[in-house]
Amino acid sequence: MSCSCHGHVDPLVPKIAVIEHIRKDTPDVTTFRVVNPAGGKSFTSLPGQCAMISVPPIGEAMFSITSSPTEENFLELSIKKCGIVTEYLHGLEVGSEIGIRGPYGNNFPVNDELKGKDLLFIAGGIGLAPLRSVINYIMDKRDDYGKVDIVYGARTPDDLVHKEDIFNNWPNRLATNVFLTVDRECEGWDGHVGFVPQYIKELGLDTNKVVLICGPPIMIKFVLQGLEEIGFKKEQIYTTFELRMKCGVGKCGRCNIGDKYVCKDGPVFRLDEIQRLPDEY
Amino acid sequence: MKVLKKEKFPQIWQAINQAYELYLPIEKDDRVNFAQWTEGETVNLEALKTEISPKDVIFPQSETYLKFESDGKKLQLESVESENREYVLFGVRSCDAVSFNLIDNVFLREPIDRLYEKRRNKGTIVSLACSEPEENCFCSSFQIKPEEASPGVDVAAWDLGDKILWKPVTEKGQVLTQKFAQLMEDASQQDQEELIKLQNAIKEKVKELPLASVDPKVIKGELKEIFESKVWDELSQSCLGCGACTYICPTCHCYDIQDFAGGNCGERFRCWDSCMFSEFTLMAHGNPRTTQKQRFRQRFMHKLVYYPNNHGSYACVGCGRCIEKCPVNMNIVKVIKRLGGEG
Repeated sequence: MSCSCHGHVDPLVPKIAVIEHIRKDTPDVTTFRVVNPAGGKSFTSLPGQCAMISVPPIGEAMFSITSSPTEENFLELSIKKCGIVTEYLHGLEVGSEIGIRGPYGNNFPVNDELKGKDLLFIAGGIGLAPLRSVINYIMDKRDDYGKVDIVYGARTPDDLVHKEDIFNNWPNRLATNVFLTVDRECEGWDGHVGFVPQYIKELGLDTNKVVLICGPPIMIKFVLQGLEEIGFKKEQIYTTFELRMKCGVGKCGRCNIGDKYVCKDGPVFRLDEIQRLPDEY
Repeated sequence: MKVLKKEKFPQIWQAINQAYELYLPIEKDDRVNFAQWTEGETVNLEALKTEISPKDVIFPQSETYLKFESDGKKLQLESVESENREYVLFGVRSCDAVSFNLIDNVFLREPIDRLYEKRRNKGTIVSLACSEPEENCFCSSFQIKPEEASPGVDVAAWDLGDKILWKPVTEKGQVLTQKFAQLMEDASQQDQEELIKLQNAIKEKVKELPLASVDPKVIKGELKEIFESKVWDELSQSCLGCGACTYICPTCHCYDIQDFAGGNCGERFRCWDSCMFSEFTLMAHGNPRTTQKQRFRQRFMHKLVYYPNNHGSYACVGCGRCIEKCPVNMNIVKVIKRLGGEG
């Protein structure tokens, strides 16, 4: 074996990124815009891919990239405060430096199976984050795709993320509908009330579409059931997974579901692929 | 082919140690394990198996790869380059040598693990055939031949009593041989004949081993079918989740990444981890494997189904260490047999 490693940086070594902008979406979700210290994006990515964010000495965690690849100058990550890394991230300010490595994983097939099709996006809570990357990509290449329906739900109106997109940007685009719902009646909310899976059934959507889903596991489970009942086929449905990850490159052995590594073979899976895997996610 | 007399061992250890780091099975407190040789250590090439596989020589149990300094706003990151010299790993058994190739399949596929690659490339591996395979050995179940050089070793060696037969098989092996040729002699016709005799004797012994009939191919069916098998409940019942099996196993390679900090500065390191531990897959919002049954099943499904699906071979080399070390006497042989339908 000859040494081919000189000059190569190990994939585990992050590079520095600067937080350029912080937007508080909800009481526990913040969207961070990050750039290279010298300006520009840390790396290019595809819709649905992830980034490993490093905040030494607290640690690292994997997040989906919520900005569209068509966004040339920065990456955005919408992060919910729920563990020690995210708690720390929420305490950072504009100008703070973090580590970043990626992009990781596969992507939603925007240049293949999604092209020219009518699309149905279904998201719950922070699950809108990875789908927003796809939606904005499609909005920037609007002519390449058919009708877009977006069904998005959260616990309360306060918990809806990316409010500018869901209330203003997307509904005003051609052939694009946004359907919002919240779990319970709330003062000041005159929109739909009820869980996402039920709302999907009520909407009476035609089944000639490709579906992209992300949300809490319990929502995904019931949405999938509902879609199959309406007549959607497994081959029409994509979702994206989240599992514990350390390396992000298919080696540390932590994020597998059966013989698939979510970090490398996923996070995006088609429903027929998922159903071949053991139920351990 | 060369011959190295055992009386020359102290000399060759010293000589190799001048040019390389030298790792050998070393006896300490009644235990034999691979360790870096220094003058005065007790080398034990007779013991068939070290207690722990030599995987820590190619994949250290703990390894720092990043230094950082942070004041909460500014962050500095600096890669840590390992300072290891070229090394010679001497006396590796066939099973352990094959396990290196299995770890290579994971770490050297894209994106290449540069820390591992660098360390791996610095090594010259000298194997030592197993003259006396023992009752817990079942390498033949995985088509490993303890009488021959396993694929990937640089020099193959056989114990012929007062000498070892030394056969370089790669370019690296040639280089090592040339460097220390003055301590060796050319093998004679008689040595060659003795080698064939030894190899035949080993083959016979392997056939007679109590676990020779273990065959992982008895595990049949679709991945999901095996995953959902009823036998996991019963097999995993006694598992303590101690993780000992994963640490001694030559093919286990899961790792964790942790930060160690003192004030503003710190280091990031990776270290061996175990899928048998309850926090292995724990996330802030839940855990896909909450029971020991699920963790136990993961370890064996990985070795016997997932890894073969991805790499075309089983992730077990039949070394038998788990048979010797599991505190509740559970092991992969029992799992294979049970999954294969044996009662």
